[in-house]
Amino acid sequence: MSNDGTSGSDFERFRITFFEECNEILADLEVHLTQLQEEALDNEGLNAVFRAAHSIKAGAGAFGFTDLVNFTHSFEALLDKMRDGEIDQTPQVADLLVRGGDVLAELVSAAQENRSVAPDFGAEVLAQVHDLLGSGQKPKDATAGPGAQQASSISGMGSWTIRLTPNVDLFKNATEPLLLIRELREMGSLKVTCDRSQLPPLRKLDPELAYFSWRFELESECSRENIEEVFEFVDDTCEIVIEQATSSEEEAKSPEAPAKDAPVQPQVSSPEKNVETKESAPAGKKAKAAAASSIRVELGRIDRLVNTVGELVITQAMLAQELADLTADNERQPIAGQEELANLTRELQECVMAIRMQPVKSVFARMPRLVRDLSGKLGKKINLRMSGEHTEVDKTIIEELADPLTHMIRNSIDHGLETPAERVAAGKPEEGTIDLSAAHVGGNIVISISDDGAGINRERVLAIAIDKGIVQPDAHLSDQEIDELIFAPGFSTAEEVTDISGRGVGMDVVRRNIVSLGGRIQVQSQPGYGTRLNMLIPLTLAVLDGMIVAVGNQRYILPITSIVESFRPSPSQMRRLDDWTQVVQIRGEFIRIVRLCDLFNVENATHDPTQGLVVLTEVAGGGKIGITVDELIGQQQIVIKSLNDNFDPVPGISGATILGNGKVALILDIEQLAGMKATVPLPHQDDGPKEVDAPVAIVAAE
Amino acid sequence: MAKRALTVDDSKTMRDMVAFTLKGAGFDVLEAEDGVHALSVVKGQKVDVVITDINMPNMDGVTLVRELRAKAEFKSTPILILTTEGGDDKKASGKAAGATGWIVKPFAPDKLLSVVNKVCP
Repeated sequence: MSNDGTSGSDFERFRITFFEECNEILADLEVHLTQLQEEALDNEGLNAVFRAAHSIKAGAGAFGFTDLVNFTHSFEALLDKMRDGEIDQTPQVADLLVRGGDVLAELVSAAQENRSVAPDFGAEVLAQVHDLLGSGQKPKDATAGPGAQQASSISGMGSWTIRLTPNVDLFKNATEPLLLIRELREMGSLKVTCDRSQLPPLRKLDPELAYFSWRFELESECSRENIEEVFEFVDDTCEIVIEQATSSEEEAKSPEAPAKDAPVQPQVSSPEKNVETKESAPAGKKAKAAAASSIRVELGRIDRLVNTVGELVITQAMLAQELADLTADNERQPIAGQEELANLTRELQECVMAIRMQPVKSVFARMPRLVRDLSGKLGKKINLRMSGEHTEVDKTIIEELADPLTHMIRNSIDHGLETPAERVAAGKPEEGTIDLSAAHVGGNIVISISDDGAGINRERVLAIAIDKGIVQPDAHLSDQEIDELIFAPGFSTAEEVTDISGRGVGMDVVRRNIVSLGGRIQVQSQPGYGTRLNMLIPLTLAVLDGMIVAVGNQRYILPITSIVESFRPSPSQMRRLDDWTQVVQIRGEFIRIVRLCDLFNVENATHDPTQGLVVLTEVAGGGKIGITVDELIGQQQIVIKSLNDNFDPVPGISGATILGNGKVALILDIEQLAGMKATVPLPHQDDGPKEVDAPVAIVAAE
Repeated sequence: MAKRALTVDDSKTMRDMVAFTLKGAGFDVLEAEDGVHALSVVKGQKVDVVITDINMPNMDGVTLVRELRAKAEFKSTPILILTTEGGDDKKASGKAAGATGWIVKPFAPDKLLSVVNKVCP
């Protein structure tokens, strides 16, 4: 037998499993606790909550997270009483459980990050739990299990006499007395006498019953506790008498008939305790069958896989380029293989990316609770409607979404929705509505939060912005520009920092979070009708389906998902609005032209769209723009390399990639391009390209 | 032939720890997530020792013990229940259902092994 315990790396592995499990349990707990606030939980629900606390406690004990063990211990005790119907599911208890769930989550994350919490953290909740449990249930240190043995009294070599008389049904518990005897033998020198007097005649013998009893004489250094421990599991199914004899007494006594006045400590309990077993869990059919077909993989491994596949994609593209050059005027044979490779690489990459995708449900699921909490605190009636919870997005992004989303919802409730009285006065239903939705739009996920509240109070926003020096007092801003001020750094409506929207985190932080994910956020507001916040976030941070386009000698990448079509306009389709703005007419629609050659000051580019191409692209915020390019080079899967480490944000550029020929190409940011104003006036009609003072050329360094 | 153990627990952490410890001591280890799952896992399998949690969805540990004991092939199989400290009523109900012994959570790997060796021939 090897009991060398677990080595460090195994321990770490268990730890990781434990925390993964904890987080699943906590998410589950959240669902049940949210439900609890609306209606009393049935037995199954209560059991589920109980098990959540119980599982965390068991694991936490194994890893020595004392805070966590102590808290879950009390939490569990409370749930146990609720299960037994001793404590009713009142709103107060529900509230306590919800707060307890929060404490639990914090303790878990503290343990996971190896940081300690304030000593009195959760004390208030704990105190209330103990109040409910009654004063008889003082918090006891649940960590001090029998594993932390009481120091056993070592008493030197001693002689012990032990009598073991089993009940006849000893074997019903699959107890094997031989094992107990062996265990005793390991403790010292042992002499065993078997009493077979109770053995019935053969025809009356029931082979499943126990008839023998034993008498042991043990010479050992062990303590009484050590011996009792041997019989730990049979002390209710056997009569056990343990006596310690001094050597002189031992000689005096007849071994067959121990004196009645000997220091006997019978460890006897009634053979039939007849304990009522509690049916605690009705066999519900709601098995977690769905979870059974999944496997847990450490995120680090997936990241490594994603990176490797990313490199593979680049290498494949390079190979394709070289092959194309080689075989340009030769036979087509090698190209067939290359196409196969390209398909496989692509498929592999899609598979790998799909591994990281998760439904946004996990983040959305936290919102009903938030809304309910705030609705209570602020006395506003709120109906939260959610849609598109199953929309999938990269796991990294999901994790980063929770905070901004929480803050935006808080904002909508705190600043957006009016009180019931105000709403009634405005002729609206008493109950405000918040819509939370997620959807795929192109290569992005769009998450919208809209409320039917009062809309942004532009006068006040402007006044605050002027007051804080964010805008000049004489500035003329459009409504949209005023609305956007809520995202300005330093714009925090400080006069009303409540504990709802407050804590010093403003919408600027929300925007920064979103932008750091490669996304953006927009606000649309209509006074009296409500406000809508759109978050636009890429599905993944790693790859992009791109169209390589040429402008002069530069190559740029357009996200393929935003491209509608490309065409060469005839001169009759082109219109000028003024010296800066040009539109193209297509199927009765006028689309604004964005001239890349001017915007980025690219040399040797085709300046006349009718000689080049216009790529019609959809802007995620709504609308379309036409981007002028010289020609389309081809479609390719692009591995995104961030520029943020080396450059300040460049307007209109979201990143870079390495092309098959080893050159760097910049990835265009359609939404930013749509918002950029021309820096160069349009050339006069029929004039050639005009030399103008343009900003520093933005071209890719090779 | 290696002895075979069955660990029944809805917590993967606990199953992992039990399985790892017993594998280190030369056991084959079967795993099940709850009582119902356990009953299907043991079908047609010879198992030398069962270690089961009490609080589990679908079928709790005490019921599982009773169900197993009712099977001829599990009549003399040692069954250990996992309890937490002070769970005397759990121990008692487990024993009444036919459990051989118990292990108190949290446990150290060598404690688990010594208890298993105590009941498993």
